[in-house]
Amino acid sequence: MKILVALKQVPDTETKIKVAADGRSLDPADVKWITSPYDEYALEEAIRIKEGKGAEVVALSVGGDSVKEVLKNALALGADTAVLLKGDGQGDAFAVAQMIAAYAKDKGFDLILCGNKGLGGDNAAMGPMLAELMGIGQANVVVKLELGEGTFKAEREIEGGTEIVEGALPAVITAQKGLNEPRYASLKGIMAAKKKTIEEVDAAPATTGAQISALALPPERPAGRRLEGDAAAQAQALLQALKDEAKVF
Amino acid sequence: MTSMILVFCELKDGQIRKPSLEVLSEGRRLADAAGKQLGALFAGASCAGSAEAAKYGADVILTAEGPALTSYSSDVFAAVLAEAVKSKGATVLLAAATAVGKDVAPRAAARLGAGYASDVTGLSMVDGKLQAVRPVYAGKAFATTSFASAVQVATTRPNVFPAAEKAAAGTTEALAVPASDFKSVVKEILAKASGKVDLSEANVIVSGGRGMKDGANFKILEDLADALGGVVGASRAAVDAGWGLPHSMQVGQTGKVVSPTLYIACGISGAIQHIAGMSGSKFIVAINKDPEAPIFKLADYGIVGDLFEVVPELTKAAKAMGIGSN
Ligand SMILES: Cc1cc2nc3c(=O)[nH]c(=O)nc-3n(C[C@H](O)[C@H](O)[C@H](O)COP(=O)(O)OP(=O)(O)OC[C@H]3O[C@@H](n4cnc5c(N)ncnc54)[C@H](O)[C@@H]3O)c2cc1C
Repeated sequence: MKILVALKQVPDTETKIKVAADGRSLDPADVKWITSPYDEYALEEAIRIKEGKGAEVVALSVGGDSVKEVLKNALALGADTAVLLKGDGQGDAFAVAQMIAAYAKDKGFDLILCGNKGLGGDNAAMGPMLAELMGIGQANVVVKLELGEGTFKAEREIEGGTEIVEGALPAVITAQKGLNEPRYASLKGIMAAKKKTIEEVDAAPATTGAQISALALPPERPAGRRLEGDAAAQAQALLQALKDEAKVF
Repeated sequence: MTSMILVFCELKDGQIRKPSLEVLSEGRRLADAAGKQLGALFAGASCAGSAEAAKYGADVILTAEGPALTSYSSDVFAAVLAEAVKSKGATVLLAAATAVGKDVAPRAAARLGAGYASDVTGLSMVDGKLQAVRPVYAGKAFATTSFASAVQVATTRPNVFPAAEKAAAGTTEALAVPASDFKSVVKEILAKASGKVDLSEANVIVSGGRGMKDGANFKILEDLADALGGVVGASRAAVDAGWGLPHSMQVGQTGKVVSPTLYIACGISGAIQHIAGMSGSKFIVAINKDPEAPIFKLADYGIVGDLFEVVPELTKAAKAMGIGSN
């Protein structure tokens, strides 16, 4: 079994967001970059499948030299090989899906795993777009995955519960928190990763579907009001305010 | 042919789901602004209940009906959506950012070679093309997204756009169901026992964090939520604490993104990953014994105090005032 895990490098959530001079992108100064947390669930799942029934795990990321960090980390965690698809990995999900589809098309992957969304961009689009471009099935926001002979059974989050999706492999599965508990890299893994090389491939040309034309910080929320008195008085004052000022009720 | 804005609508028990009514209403507004027709698209074994779309402004109601659509399948439904866009010459395809909407809309977009914007909170037509505003970076910024493609696809965040009735012709038209080989299909729905609305669609949410100390204490939040006509959520710290709270209750970056009218955070400090899920709430109330808790920076109303005293008082007062969710 051959598994592709697509990983995205994203700004850490704690990063203070500043808009760059162009008015439509993130000012990269002082940004701390991490592997998108949902992708960590995807990678962990791939490694568990490898440990359980045997598989070759290929980690892939689209971007420039900086995303090698993400790939090195994936190798340290247990990916067998790593591919850097040189292209714009921060841009449009449709473009990224095309680049990955073009790379993966004839490589015989049985399973493609990725996060259900990239932290920050939150588009939740790359996975399903990749599945469509490759002409294969999908299950998104998955919290449980079972593989059969050429088939998969996935449990995914929906409103008010979960649902079971079944389909044929190859397929794209996008991971959600709950799928597993990602491990930390061991010293042995980190040492082994140092010996592995990252294959660099130029991404195929892709068309852009959508782009950010302006990025703005949200308006400041007006200062809130502290309610006074004991618990009963505070409760009374809050409900009155919600009723009269906020007109919530 | 006047070009069309097409809205994919979901039916549940023969009724159009609320997030679909919201996107239909927004679609009507956009269609009026751009001089376009509004089409409402339904797919399933039966589309009974779809006629209701006329009340929310659909000029045309398109139904794809057949046994092949009995269970939801992302690839088959994406084919239905893409075919409908092509056959009607639609330039804009909208859906609600529900579990199904977020599953099928990007797939349909890829099939159409179209750009896609997810979970948007603002839409407009600029020079005949869709423009979308959506929160990014955990709600710390808003991105205006424009499209390079001729067809433009977007999903709208539930509870953000008002559902407004506006009668239209609602002429019905049946669509052919494309033949497909079901690459993946939903076999079973494992619904939670509670018949309450999902957090993502709730109007009032009472959330508890690590300050709740134990899962059993969430009973007091249930009581308050019941009194206010709301549902209960939780921070990740509470879900991960081993108190027996399901992940489906988690609000935040790795949980649910919610946009209620009222969000009451009880014993939640207001970490950025939590805020990422609830900063779109219209009114935020924080109950926390630490006056320095970051959640107070966000709160419209703050109560510095012990939640175990304040929450029961709120329930009592709500009952006394005869408050219920609107
Ligand atoms: C990758 C990643 C993803 C994450 N995703 C999420 C997410 O989706 N959702 C999420 O919530 N978090 C998420 N987190 C975790 C987040 O960083 C915080 O750890 C978490 O939100 C803290 O939860 P809390 O506010 O309940 O707990 P704490 O930060 O421990 O705060 C508890 C609060 O309760 C107050 N308190 C205690 N007792 C009382 C009392 N009797 N009365 C009143 N107040 C009291 C305290 O003053 C304190 O402010 C994520 C973290 C990471 C790294």
